[in-house]
Amino acid sequence: MSALIRLDGISFAYDPARPVLDGADFALAAGERVALLGANGAGKTTLLHLMVGLVSPAGGRIHAFGRERRVEKDFFEVRARAGLLFQDADDQLFCPTVAEDVAFGPLNLGKSPAEARAIVHETLDALGLAALEHRITHKLSGGERRLVSLAAVLAMRPEALLLDEPTNALDDATRQRLLDILAGLPQAMVIVSHDREVIDRLATRAVTLEDGRLI
Amino acid sequence: MNHLASPTRVVLALAFAVVTVSLHTLPALGLALGLALAFALAARQPWRLVLRRLLALEGFMLVVLLLLPFTMPGRPVAEILGFAVSAEGLERAGAIALKANAVAMAVMALVGGMESVTLGRALARLGAPERLVHLFLFTVRYIEVLDREYRRLRLAMRARAFRPSTGLHCWRSIGYLFGMLMVRSLERAERIDAAMRCRGFAGRFPRLDTAEERCPGALDWLVGGTSAAAMALVIMVGQ
Repeated sequence: MSALIRLDGISFAYDPARPVLDGADFALAAGERVALLGANGAGKTTLLHLMVGLVSPAGGRIHAFGRERRVEKDFFEVRARAGLLFQDADDQLFCPTVAEDVAFGPLNLGKSPAEARAIVHETLDALGLAALEHRITHKLSGGERRLVSLAAVLAMRPEALLLDEPTNALDDATRQRLLDILAGLPQAMVIVSHDREVIDRLATRAVTLEDGRLI
Repeated sequence: MNHLASPTRVVLALAFAVVTVSLHTLPALGLALGLALAFALAARQPWRLVLRRLLALEGFMLVVLLLLPFTMPGRPVAEILGFAVSAEGLERAGAIALKANAVAMAVMALVGGMESVTLGRALARLGAPERLVHLFLFTVRYIEVLDREYRRLRLAMRARAFRPSTGLHCWRSIGYLFGMLMVRSLERAERIDAAMRCRGFAGRFPRLDTAEERCPGALDWLVGGTSAAAMALVIMVGQ
């Protein structure tokens, strides 16, 4: 089976004296939900950012969706097909209203405003967020922000989801709601989390990042 | 007033401010204040709020208004504690007070009740440069996030028994606080940029026109026309 995303011997360092990743290999196949574990600062977020080209590796190869990806231009397509959910929803929601934020991705992918609006409705409805459509993003509660930022990622119709601590700082009700939503999604996932329940309930396998390698 | 299209309100506020600032005679300014009062009545804003905001403005101008009659040279009309009060100074102080209050009241009535997002869109529709509008909307969006970050840092400082005082330790700590705030803002800007690129951003902002944007209707023309006539009258009185 061919992998959606494959990393071969990736090394990366913010500070050359202390490499974050040192020959890390990873593969995500369709239908898989991989839990990515590891201590704070082990490089889990960096690994996700590498997969979509937000940072570039010092060494190694990145294959995604059937091609090797090297430069910024290659990754444009990858980012549409692998949706990254950021740790802090405030980083992700920057448009004035929820509808505009959810439409931002589809519009960037060349959809017409009418098509984008249809996608907004469909996505918000599917997540039970239709009531938030015209709300101002900075007036949403923390839980609403997280759900809307997930909607914004899903609106791009990705084939894979890269989730960076999705249940971080959520109350129990919102956390359960998010887990239910994620469990019902067909996409392959990489889930960074310290939350035992998230891993037990969602993951089909787990890998641990330790000393710059995946084991 | 609240049924007017937002661009109409912005244009009215701007026109009123320009007209009022260019006036010089007291009767004309009095009339302008009357017009501002009419706007305020039409906007049906809570009076307490309007008064509180005006009082804040008054406090800001108080010193200037009190000193002007003494400092401006001219025909003396009275003497207080040995200082001459000039007629020109009194007139100028009155004019400044009238101008400031009229403009403040009109702007509050016309644009004060508007959501900042609506204001940004109105500016965009009036042809303001797209970059400036986006800058404005980004500022609105993130100023609160930065404020929260600032409060968190301040709280963390207080939690470790920090109290502002005069001394090198205090100044250095405040310096660290703002330095850290700058670093965090920069990092956040980088993360926002990354998040935008993840959703296919390539330097251009797509527009999703929403239903609330509409062309000026009969009401807009009516109010706009009436206001224009009133302002013309004010200018004529001022000649």
